[in-house]
Amino acid sequence: MQPAIQIRDVSQTYHGGHSAIQALDRVSLDVAPGEFVCLLGASGCGKSTLLNLIVGLYEITSGTIDVGGRRVALVFQEPALFPWLTVQKNVELGMRFRGVPAAERRQKALELLRLVHLDTFAERRPHELSGGMRQRVAIARALAQEADVLLMDEPFGALDAMTRDVLHDELEAIWSRTAMTIVFVTHNVREAVRLGDRVVLLSSRPGRVVAEFPIGIPRPRSADSLAVAESTAEITERLREEVRRHGR
Amino acid sequence: MAAERSPLAEPRSLGREIEGLDALDVPIVEPERRWRAFWDAAWPKLAAAGFVLALWELTVLSGWRPDYVLPGPGRVLAELSELIGTAKFWVAVATTLRRAATGFALAIAIGTALGVVVSRSRVLRRAFGSFITGLQSMPSIAWFPFAILLFQLSEGAILFVVVIGASPSIANGLINGIDHIPPLLLRAGRVLGARGFASLRHVVLPAALPGYVAGLKQGWAFSWRSLMAGELLVIIETRPALGSQLQFARELSDAPGLLALMLVVLLIGILIDGLVFAAIEQRIRRRRGLVEVGARG
Repeated sequence: MQPAIQIRDVSQTYHGGHSAIQALDRVSLDVAPGEFVCLLGASGCGKSTLLNLIVGLYEITSGTIDVGGRRVALVFQEPALFPWLTVQKNVELGMRFRGVPAAERRQKALELLRLVHLDTFAERRPHELSGGMRQRVAIARALAQEADVLLMDEPFGALDAMTRDVLHDELEAIWSRTAMTIVFVTHNVREAVRLGDRVVLLSSRPGRVVAEFPIGIPRPRSADSLAVAESTAEITERLREEVRRHGR
Repeated sequence: MAAERSPLAEPRSLGREIEGLDALDVPIVEPERRWRAFWDAAWPKLAAAGFVLALWELTVLSGWRPDYVLPGPGRVLAELSELIGTAKFWVAVATTLRRAATGFALAIAIGTALGVVVSRSRVLRRAFGSFITGLQSMPSIAWFPFAILLFQLSEGAILFVVVIGASPSIANGLINGIDHIPPLLLRAGRVLGARGFASLRHVVLPAALPGYVAGLKQGWAFSWRSLMAGELLVIIETRPALGSQLQFARELSDAPGLLALMLVVLLIGILIDGLVFAAIEQRIRRRRGLVEVGARG
């Protein structure tokens, strides 16, 4: 099958004042349509860089990324909601840029807010919501782009453990009901195992694919299940090995 | 893999759990009590006004200047209440306010266009950025001789100076506002497909609004000052205005009238700043959640 995202030999170098920093080194990765892939790595592995390249925010230094003309949405680490718009208008904005008529926009936005259980907060402004709720609005806003590919950059990193567990359930349910391909970046091994069909481990400085772990645990999963804990332990050991290479 | 995927029924308890977390999480926002807020804002101002009047009265009582040069607040306020009973006064106020509105509106149009253009282009910014700041610090009265040469003693000369005094502040406010937009919001806009004018209208300008309003506020102060200077210098006989009335009061050595008019100029400045700009700023801050919740003092 033609992959939804085809990443070939992508290297990325940032030029600082005097030095060049290589963020990614010949990364190649295929993501199948509808697949849920978690990119896992310690700090400095260029996970966020890779997402920004896929969505087209940065120019690629070398290599190619092909999404086959698919629409790509991105959820940031922070909600990045527009504070001057209500929750509903935030969700509508992307559709507005695409020229979707107002009535259709409203209806679609409400539908998506219902999906993330926030329809009763449609008229509120972002500052009136908690961090977890804002992140769900950001997810609804990304879903409103009707993208085939959803990129998520440590979206739950700043949330408390309980909220995160609940959002994992919610994200899994949403994903299972759509044909969406998800690339989810995290540094939390358990989160990666809880969510992914496949966990891709990146090395740090420069980022490079070092290992891949297919996760065959049946869904719906629970972060507390034995199977998740076992895979987590295995991948954590591999991740630590990777981190140790940077020590003395 | 996608083909084999069967939709997971959302666990029935999930919705309830989420709602429960949300209910516990939502920040508590105190309902606004309008009259209380109004009184909280008003009484310190009234107290300050009383203090200044008392100081004024004491200075007069000390006999520092004879009271035909420096009359006390009582006489000036009596003069003021007489003044506001005359038609000529209201004609003068109307002329001045009309000039202020026209000049300020022109300044907004020019300053905004300038700000947008300059902030969008790095080259223009380097070329004109410090020039605009330079213009802003130039005393507007220094423009008058030139303005009178260009437009003679006319409304045009006054408007020219008002506009040139206010638009750099407005442009600078907007440029500043745009500079302080969190880059994350711009990236979020781009990911959502904001391009060109749509990006300007729906992302850049709303995000820059607080800085822009600060610029408008400063621009208003500059245009009001320039207008008063202009009306002192450019006197059109047939058209009484607050500034020209001030000049006449001085020529007639009418100290109470002069001070009464100055009070009017001050009050109009305070009212517009307090009613228009403070209200806009407050509204923006409240909408964006920049008002501290439960703050005291």
